[in-house]
Amino acid sequence: MSQVTEPGLAGEPHGHGEAHEDHSHDAQGTFKSYVTGFVLSVILTAIPFWLVMANVLNDTLLTSIVIMAFAAVQIVVHMIYFLHMNTKSEGGWTFLALLFTLTLVVITLVGSIWVMYHMDQNMMPMSPHEALQKP
Amino acid sequence: MHETTPPPGATAPVFYDEEGHAHGDGGTLFGFWLYLMSDCLIFAALFATFGVLGRNYAAGPSGADLFDLRLVAVNTGLLLLSSITYGFAMLEMQKDRIRPTLNWLAVTGLFGAGFIAIELYEFSHLIREGATPQRSAFLSSFFALVGTHGLHVTFGIVWLVTLMVQVRRRGLIVANQRRLMCLSMFWHFLDVVWIGVFTFVYLMGAMR
Repeated sequence: MSQVTEPGLAGEPHGHGEAHEDHSHDAQGTFKSYVTGFVLSVILTAIPFWLVMANVLNDTLLTSIVIMAFAAVQIVVHMIYFLHMNTKSEGGWTFLALLFTLTLVVITLVGSIWVMYHMDQNMMPMSPHEALQKP
Repeated sequence: MHETTPPPGATAPVFYDEEGHAHGDGGTLFGFWLYLMSDCLIFAALFATFGVLGRNYAAGPSGADLFDLRLVAVNTGLLLLSSITYGFAMLEMQKDRIRPTLNWLAVTGLFGAGFIAIELYEFSHLIREGATPQRSAFLSSFFALVGTHGLHVTFGIVWLVTLMVQVRRRGLIVANQRRLMCLSMFWHFLDVVWIGVFTFVYLMGAMR
């Protein structure tokens, strides 16, 4: 029995130390990382507000796509510099849970908008009388 | 599987919970992360609702008529500042300095309270103008999404004050450090959700 567990025990101190280092990196940032994240966030927030408030691009669709791209980048910046996400913490389970959640979020958002848009397009047109009775 | 099967007559196998012991927090931080992920799904549902209903104005006001982007920009700035001051509180916590930790937490709480105050002012302004949640599907989904985020921030402030009292009375003991780390994740997570809110609801709503 003891022979069976020996390899596991021999490997443990190494694995233990590694996991501990990951933990300290994962839960704690440095002054520099917080300031970097903050400055990047300010820039990534200011540009979309400027684009919309000053109507720089003069094109609603193009502006929408650009500000969504800025939001996506800023979310990644927050994840790395403020939430200290990485692929190693808790043996990768934190990251796996995030990936799973993101998959569900994308299915929820894209699926709802897609299905409801087509429902709306395929609805029977309403007569003026019916429209008046509508709550 | 086969290697670990004990021979007949041997004692039961011994399992070492390396993962749990290596982190010393009993898995609390990972468990809290899973809670945040489930919270993320609540927001996904609310965002999807807004995405579907956000253009159904029922002949009422649209986002372009209602939103004051300067107010939203101030709010975004307040939440971002509260995120970095919470980070500074965590850095002081690592150095085991109680007084600066409490000061930074207080600053974070004030920024959070400022955010809530501006949001309540905005909501009361909308309601006074007749843009109530029952006016249109757009406004129902707007108040549901932004209100849920605001409630999260409110409860975050309550939690923050509770932890400040705990730290003042018990010091930066291991349990309090763990609680502060959980609140740190919660607070930064709310800032991440707010990125989605100001982009999808306010900026894109104001352009329509």
